[in-house]
Amino acid sequence: MGIKDLSFKKSLWVFHLSAGSCNNCDIEILDLLTPRYDVERFGMKLVGSIRHADVLLVTGIITKKTKARVLEVYEQAPKPIIVIAIGACPCTGGIFASGYNFAGPLDKVIPVDAYIPGCPPKPEAMLAGVMKLLAPPPPEQANANK
Amino acid sequence: MGIEIFYFLIFPGLLFSGIIGGLISWADRKITARVQFRKGPPILQPLYDFVKLLAKETIIPLRGSVTTFILAPVFALFGAVISAVFILLPVLGIETGFAGDIIVIIYLLNIPSFTYIIGALASGNPLAAVGASREMKLILSYEMPFLLVLISIIIKSGMTIRLSEIVAYQAANGAFIGSLSGIIGFIAIMMCIQAKMGLVPFDMAEGEGEICDGIIIEFSGSILAFFKLTKYIMFFALPALVAGLFFGGLSLSGINILWSVLKVLAVVLLITLVRNTNPRVRIEQAMKFFWIWMNLFAVISIVLALMGL
Ligand code: SF4
Repeated sequence: MGIKDLSFKKSLWVFHLSAGSCNNCDIEILDLLTPRYDVERFGMKLVGSIRHADVLLVTGIITKKTKARVLEVYEQAPKPIIVIAIGACPCTGGIFASGYNFAGPLDKVIPVDAYIPGCPPKPEAMLAGVMKLLAPPPPEQANANK
Repeated sequence: MGIEIFYFLIFPGLLFSGIIGGLISWADRKITARVQFRKGPPILQPLYDFVKLLAKETIIPLRGSVTTFILAPVFALFGAVISAVFILLPVLGIETGFAGDIIVIIYLLNIPSFTYIIGALASGNPLAAVGASREMKLILSYEMPFLLVLISIIIKSGMTIRLSEIVAYQAANGAFIGSLSGIIGFIAIMMCIQAKMGLVPFDMAEGEGEICDGIIIEFSGSILAFFKLTKYIMFFALPALVAGLFFGGLSLSGINILWSVLKVLAVVLLITLVRNTNPRVRIEQAMKFFWIWMNLFAVISIVLALMGL
């Protein structure tokens, strides 16, 4: 693993996009910044502009109105970017799946790297998801991919 | 010629001040974390951030001036490195500089702020324009007390406008922080430095909550890395200037290294604590603060210096 990959993994700047959430997942994301979980020890921090982001966290269902905006934000992000769907809403639609304004799960709109289910997922679950995503694949899987 | 390039690129220029500045910015984040009862990032974090940004894609905004947009961070870096060299050579006692270098330093220290404004306006983003206008007003407000404090220093050191002579004067007659006018001037210049670095409570040009990082909103990838490096270097150059003006300079010989580190760290600690215990103020509050209170402090410091206190 070169210095480039290492520093990418060690310095993930997170941009948080709420597509149409009930605000519960967003609060759980903010929990990660508190002293109890303190994601800054892994080098992660929240940034205010998508231009600085390495990770795009999407919460909430993709509604007919926000679908175009989510796509726009994704296209504006500098690559490489990791997209993580936080909560049941962007993964499947969750409790809003039969809503009149539901426009499909997130992976129908943009490519998703990790799904973190839960309504809302615990902060521990989010951290575990990111760590699993970044960890090198276990040896047998790496061999199977060859 | 060769020695100047060495000064600029290696010591005490780009490489040295970049590395020390990175360490200082790590210390700043670590102290912040400890103040908030967190653990904080690892010591190599500034390096990771910088390398990651260098390797990322750089996006050029569609509307806006491309050349200015790309060159602004480069000039910011040049300005920061040049001012670090001009400050550190006399303060570390390597070279004596020239008569009037303190005036050159005043101008050079403004280059990063100006390039932030130019780069932000060149990006064509309305939020960046808001940030740029705030930064402009901030420069107007902190520049005056900064100059007044420097005048007080010049008066105290017997009307010399040479940084190395100011440092030498303090070596002979005791550091300026030990006198009444020195303490008052120190308070004023610390606030000016807080604003120069764009840190809370004067970070309204970057307010990430309201204008999404303001002046640097459109910068990404390697040009953002240049801005980061500029910030690291300024985080070393400005505390070193304060150490030179008030604490009698730094030195790199023998046990004095420990003292130098402690002096710089003390200034950094003060900056960090102010940053952690204050909310962001609005721009007109900041202007009022500098124009009324900090100017008052600086003028009192001048009067006391004239009286020889
Ligand atoms: S997953 Fe649950 S908690 Fe999260 S936004 Fe959807 S409904 Fe709210």
